[in-house]
Amino acid sequence: MHKTLKLAFATAALLSLVASAQAQQKDILNVSYDVARDVFKDYNPRFIAAWKAKTGETLEVKQSHGGSSKQVRAVADGLEADVVTMNQPTDVSFLAEKGLLAADWNKKFPNNASPYTSAMVFIVRKGNPKGFKDWSDLVKPGVTITIPHPKNTGNGRNTYLAAWGWALRQPGGNDKTAAAYVGAFLKNVPAFAPGGRDATTNFIQRGQGDLLITFESEAELIAREFGRGNFDVVYPSQTLQTEFPVAVVDKVVDKRGTRKQAQAYLEYLWSKDGQENAAQNYLRPVDAEVLKKYAAQFPSIKTFTVEEVFGSWDKAFNAHFKDGGSFDQVYQSK
Amino acid sequence: MGRLCRPFFIMTRKSHRVLPGFGLSLGYALVYLSLLVLIPLGGLIAKSAQLSWPQFWEIATTARAFAAYKVTFGCALLAAIVNGVFGLIVAWVLVRYEFPGKKLVDAFVDLPFALPTAVAGITLTTLYANTGWVGQFLEPLGFKVAFRPAGIVVALIFIGIPFVVRTVQPVIEDIEQEVEEAAASLGATRWQTFRRVLFPALFPALLTGFTLAFARGVGEYGSVIFIAGNMPMISEITPLLIISKLEQYDLPGATVLAVVMLVISFVLLLSINLLQWWAAKRHSGRHIDAGVQA
Repeated sequence: MHKTLKLAFATAALLSLVASAQAQQKDILNVSYDVARDVFKDYNPRFIAAWKAKTGETLEVKQSHGGSSKQVRAVADGLEADVVTMNQPTDVSFLAEKGLLAADWNKKFPNNASPYTSAMVFIVRKGNPKGFKDWSDLVKPGVTITIPHPKNTGNGRNTYLAAWGWALRQPGGNDKTAAAYVGAFLKNVPAFAPGGRDATTNFIQRGQGDLLITFESEAELIAREFGRGNFDVVYPSQTLQTEFPVAVVDKVVDKRGTRKQAQAYLEYLWSKDGQENAAQNYLRPVDAEVLKKYAAQFPSIKTFTVEEVFGSWDKAFNAHFKDGGSFDQVYQSK
Repeated sequence: MGRLCRPFFIMTRKSHRVLPGFGLSLGYALVYLSLLVLIPLGGLIAKSAQLSWPQFWEIATTARAFAAYKVTFGCALLAAIVNGVFGLIVAWVLVRYEFPGKKLVDAFVDLPFALPTAVAGITLTTLYANTGWVGQFLEPLGFKVAFRPAGIVVALIFIGIPFVVRTVQPVIEDIEQEVEEAAASLGATRWQTFRRVLFPALFPALLTGFTLAFARGVGEYGSVIFIAGNMPMISEITPLLIISKLEQYDLPGATVLAVVMLVISFVLLLSINLLQWWAAKRHSGRHIDAGVQA
């Protein structure tokens, strides 16, 4: 009996030691969207090393990935994310609305709080047999387009806004001509994939559709996954530049005492090292020098942003993807 | 034997029970059910009650929601009917016939229970797409399955089949082969034997299996969205519409659709239960081997 008591004390002492050691070792949680896994798998060790060199502190970075809207809902419901790194500004705005971070979150970092960008491009079958060059080619009869659901997925929303924005920016373009173009465009979409990756699988593996519209960064992943010889990338005359906004979750870092680390973690994305990491993952760096260095993989393209064409993401969201918005109108009128 | 015991059991029920701990287990069962079923469902209804009745009605009755209800319940019903017929045949074969590898086939039946539904969905889509192993032969015949409502039915047949087989199987095992022989010796044709002797005994279990498969199909999301094509008004299931609302951060709107599904499902399940009760009563009233009553 005496012996067990001693053992229990020893265990308790050991446990408290471990606990205190753990308390000293800081960790932060980065809640992110689904396909950002590779980017941060490469980025975290780079940042941890730089942070250790600068402060001597060993930091642990935990990752959580999933559908972006589901991820921010989890954060709003209490998942303790120190930082969020998303692929749609509306997801971060949702957290601001819930009071977890400041409403002017996109002013807290340069470039609208987006450390890198991408663009919506066309992926076509090898040799481009149907000769797609621009958005205008997509509404020809007999063309089938593969895209994920415009209402439910970030990828699909970006595609939809890219098509709408292109039509709007044509000579004589207005909301009416844009709506007509997008209506014709959607007629050529026989099915909506439930997510970005499933659209890719439908196009590449199941042979669905003449072309796939997706992020430029995704095209490189497809090349790595399925081989370079199976498809070509076509850059339209102009397209949407997509953003990847990041933010510190004020409420969480203040509670956990991790503001310093979280802030540094995101700031480092704009460092040369962080920008190189983005470029190596085929995301366009905002740093002009790094972009120049990787110019071979990023052909210069004409892009427009959601802010330029639609005012803001919130406005674009309300006009097009809310119930009764432009997307619904195309289908309600059928 | 069971029937003989019953009067004795009823007589002694009031004084004391054979097994102790009735109060404890009843309390446990109620708390358990409340925590896992009633409280979440209550929360769902409470959340949707944030909206006024006209708002609720408007969200619940849009053309798109109606189309989605039709697709969801229509496909689930169709799949459950197919499963009712073919599940019965599978169960019959598994009980009454001996063949090599029977144990293995028997184990296969449970696979749809265990397989993650998304895996099922992705696999079925690959098979039934016009470039897939199965789809490439169906397409020239004019059948397009993947990315059409037909694809939804295929997915729901896949996930629903074990429910029918596993509920019907034990009942078939309980029907002795001698019953069929007796019917034959009394001059019944094969069809009469099936219709008047076997089927009435099987019907309650078959209905249970059908109901389970149907209910599972109504709520299914994971396997369906990959194969459905998800076109508004055509191949969009209600659970997808709910996800769509969530993607718009519209939680109350999502709960409205969920409540509508819950109410429709409840009414349907209740009426099937009543039908079952009626069938069981009618069947036992005829005194055809009451021993096989499940």
